[in-house]
Amino acid sequence: MRYGQGTSNTYDRGLWQTIDWRLIACYIALVVTGLLSIYAAGHSTDSASAFDLGGRCGKQIMWFGISLVVDIVILFWINPRLWEVIPPAAYLLVFGLLVLVIFVSKDVKGSHSWFEFGPVKFQPAEISKITTSLMLAAVMSRQGFRLGSPKGFMSAALTIALPMAAIVAESETGSALVYVGYIFVLYREGLSGWWIAFLGISIALFILTLTTSWWISVVSWAAACLVYFTASVRSRRSLMLRRRLAWRTAAAFLAGAALVGATDFLFHSVLQDHQRTRIEVLLGMKEDPTGVGYNVRQSMIAIGSGGLFGKGFLNGTQTTYGFVPEQSTDFIFCTIGEEHGFVGSLFVILLYAYMIYRLVQDAERSRSPFTRIYGYCVAACLFMHLFINIGMTVGLMPVIGIPLPMISYGGSSLLAFSTLIFIFLALHRQESKYF
Amino acid sequence: MNRKNRLLAGLGAAALVLLARLFVIQVIDDEYKQDASNNSMVYSTIYPPRGVIYDRNGEILVGNAVCYDILVTPRDVGQFDTLALAQALDTTVEFLRERMQYYRKYRTRIGYQAQTLLKRVPQQTYVKFAELEYMFPGFRAQMRSIREYPFNAGGNLLGYISEVDADYIEKHPDYKAGDYAGKTGLEYAMEQELRGEKGYHIYLRDSRNRVQSAYQDGLQDKDAVPGKDIVSTIDAHLQQYGQQLMEGKVGSVVAIEPSSGEILAMVSSPGIDVDVLSDIGSHYAEIAANPRKPMFNRTVMASYPPGSVFKLINGLVGLQEGVLEPSDSYPCNGGYYYTATRRLRCHEHSSPLKFRDAIATSCNGYFCYVLKDILENDRFATTAEALDAWREYVLSFGFGRKLGSDFPSELSGNIPTSSYYDRLYGKGRWRFSTVVSLSIGQGEIGATPLQIANLAAIMANRGYYYIPHIVKDSEGFRIDDKYRKRNYTLVDTSYFETAVEGMYMAVNGGGTAGATALRAAIPGIEVCGKTGTAQNPHGKDNSVFICFAPKDNPKIAVAAYVENAGFGATWALPVATLMMEKYLTGEISEGHRYMEQTMLTTKFF
Repeated sequence: MRYGQGTSNTYDRGLWQTIDWRLIACYIALVVTGLLSIYAAGHSTDSASAFDLGGRCGKQIMWFGISLVVDIVILFWINPRLWEVIPPAAYLLVFGLLVLVIFVSKDVKGSHSWFEFGPVKFQPAEISKITTSLMLAAVMSRQGFRLGSPKGFMSAALTIALPMAAIVAESETGSALVYVGYIFVLYREGLSGWWIAFLGISIALFILTLTTSWWISVVSWAAACLVYFTASVRSRRSLMLRRRLAWRTAAAFLAGAALVGATDFLFHSVLQDHQRTRIEVLLGMKEDPTGVGYNVRQSMIAIGSGGLFGKGFLNGTQTTYGFVPEQSTDFIFCTIGEEHGFVGSLFVILLYAYMIYRLVQDAERSRSPFTRIYGYCVAACLFMHLFINIGMTVGLMPVIGIPLPMISYGGSSLLAFSTLIFIFLALHRQESKYF
Repeated sequence: MNRKNRLLAGLGAAALVLLARLFVIQVIDDEYKQDASNNSMVYSTIYPPRGVIYDRNGEILVGNAVCYDILVTPRDVGQFDTLALAQALDTTVEFLRERMQYYRKYRTRIGYQAQTLLKRVPQQTYVKFAELEYMFPGFRAQMRSIREYPFNAGGNLLGYISEVDADYIEKHPDYKAGDYAGKTGLEYAMEQELRGEKGYHIYLRDSRNRVQSAYQDGLQDKDAVPGKDIVSTIDAHLQQYGQQLMEGKVGSVVAIEPSSGEILAMVSSPGIDVDVLSDIGSHYAEIAANPRKPMFNRTVMASYPPGSVFKLINGLVGLQEGVLEPSDSYPCNGGYYYTATRRLRCHEHSSPLKFRDAIATSCNGYFCYVLKDILENDRFATTAEALDAWREYVLSFGFGRKLGSDFPSELSGNIPTSSYYDRLYGKGRWRFSTVVSLSIGQGEIGATPLQIANLAAIMANRGYYYIPHIVKDSEGFRIDDKYRKRNYTLVDTSYFETAVEGMYMAVNGGGTAGATALRAAIPGIEVCGKTGTAQNPHGKDNSVFICFAPKDNPKIAVAAYVENAGFGATWALPVATLMMEKYLTGEISEGHRYMEQTMLTTKFF
């Protein structure tokens, strides 16, 4: 019998041990949640049955099938070494596409991000997440790479910034925001925690200035710097160290003050109108009951009306009447919130959190830096999508049109996330086989 | 804590932030649940019954009746027996098929909305449908209140209501699509009183838009407030009679109660039948195509030369200005020679005449002398100045300006100014002989039948009028105080008696000259009248007659204006006389039966 199982089982450990089935279970649970939600969101306006290929649910099932095939191919047939070899070429190719699409695509609500070949449409930005993650892993796992060195830092930063800039140029600023998540990967690989603090403080100062006034921001920032200085100065034993701390604190204060001063310019001149509106709506500076404000309002009403246990599958009144726009794509979480209540939302969020946790754990366990960095990249991408998307539906984030991974309707998005995750699974499996 | 754990802690914190937010909006905060119930509540409008319009004697002119619309929610419709439904609704299978195909074609746009399949289904069809309704899920009947008219009286003056359109809603934001509003006539003028206030029932619906239950057992429902009833000054029977008399003739009759200014009848012919009014939508093309413009309310919108009835005013102005004494007599030899060779013709009568007789016989020549004296009065430096002074007098009689009636779309008519003639002929290059036709109410004078009727009321009142109006005080509605005020003309009331005397003689004879309106005499009632025949540049002369009765303490003043009907005594006089007689005695005397018969049967078109 053992002989018959033959070649595929010549390794020490079997499929059960080498593949992280918990990740796959999370993945499938999320996709199925998505299918049910897409069906629920459309069941009143789409008269087609769940499996009808004309309806959205049916189409998504078809895409799920395609994704599964791709998943299996990646997991069992493609040599995982390939992923460590192709990044530079793939990265450059996709970057080329990202730039090309700006010039050749049709204008869709102001953005230029879709290639169209007859009925087939695809967004290079979706694949770019994969290639950028691979490239970042390749760059940072190179022999002798040090993030602390200027050269190392620049190469990592450029790897992230190039596709990000191209996507901003496509007027898909929301999708570009996801790339900010790579900062967590860099942090894991040794980037100073001050970078994350810097990012957080910048956002906080920006919001504070917009909602209150510039002098409140400056005063608060000065107070924060002072508190930090007095708290830290004791641990600095030598005068030289103390002096350096003073200089650095002063520099930080000035940088913050400069940001406050530039806020007005950034907000009114750099941001586009619709982006500004979305931020204003989020911060409650402006009512926009017919535009973005309407979306968010209706979304929160739908979610809020779900209560603790929800109205039950297919019993949502808000999402099915089309009160919530984009209900099967970007605002799909409303359907979950309305029909399954807080309990359902909790389930979905825990599922994501557990999935990200598994990714991080698996990444940490791998010996190859490539696999580890790539795993963190996948985790960061998932996290950014999840947080921005759900944050948007509950009014914590501005309206940014990015999908909820595996759940939102959309074939290319599902395929991209499947590929992203299963490349990691393949890399992880390869390691588990040998170690 | 290593970096991995810090990141995982961050992940946990972010998840907690989202969950906390979700917990707040889903479990703690009720605000969003309230709003959601708004979204899932169905407001079913209760339309208030529109106010009823009564006539002066308590008869209903416009009431409400019930009809049914058949609605269909295409998405709820299953397989059904098309033939059975067609029979139940008195329609054809083809019609149903065609409609259902249309709904199928636009199903995404329609969604769960109900569509109106048939409008204004009569009661008996509704009953037939209601019995079988269970067989046709998705179809239902909705009650609707429509206007009903017990009398075929006053189509034009009552006006119609119709569903408001986008333009209307933009101008009147308190209306919504599906509401009805008065568009013309009384319905329009009294819209605020008649419309009432809408109410609503609130129902809850489920995710498939099925109505589940009344929201909070109907506690939040709002009842509709019915529209206020309106009492019109119109006498429904008189109005109807006037319409019958005017049938087949183009023109107007207006009857006013002189002691109050209340309009008793207001006939514009050809007019709109009330059964057309109640369903104006389906008759619109037909109405618009009619060359005699039945929608055009001639009583307030047509401006005619008043003709000889205007002589009354010229005479009275002459008396007031002191250029005429009642005893003055002027010769008339077949007319007035305003140049050596040009003559304004007059008919055969004895000559010379005094003022009273000139009125009675309607002598053209006499009033040319009168206007000549008015315009060439030494008191004024120029004819132009004198003309403007004359115009002031005329305006005080309610001509050349809007009377300010409560009836909508009143026009002002026209009384020429000196500057008008200055423009026409050049300053100082015209004189009395140029405008001689004003003497006999011709030329540039335009007056509406309402203004002419108001003149009859002024004569009846011997020098003042109340603004003619069509709505009376009623419970909950008080008319404007301006309708209670006497409006005096600039001519002293003492001069009127002679003119009234002339009008009396015109009807009853007894003067030195021929009387023009003898046929208007009603046995036992002292009728005063004045005929007019207005030249019409567009065809045959228009026929005019004004009258009032009784001579002392007049109860009714009538003006009749029949277009292209020839001599005033022939057509306008019988119409006005018959209406007056009908109103005062309730019947037509033996001597006028033949006249009535002729009037009812003669139709010019």
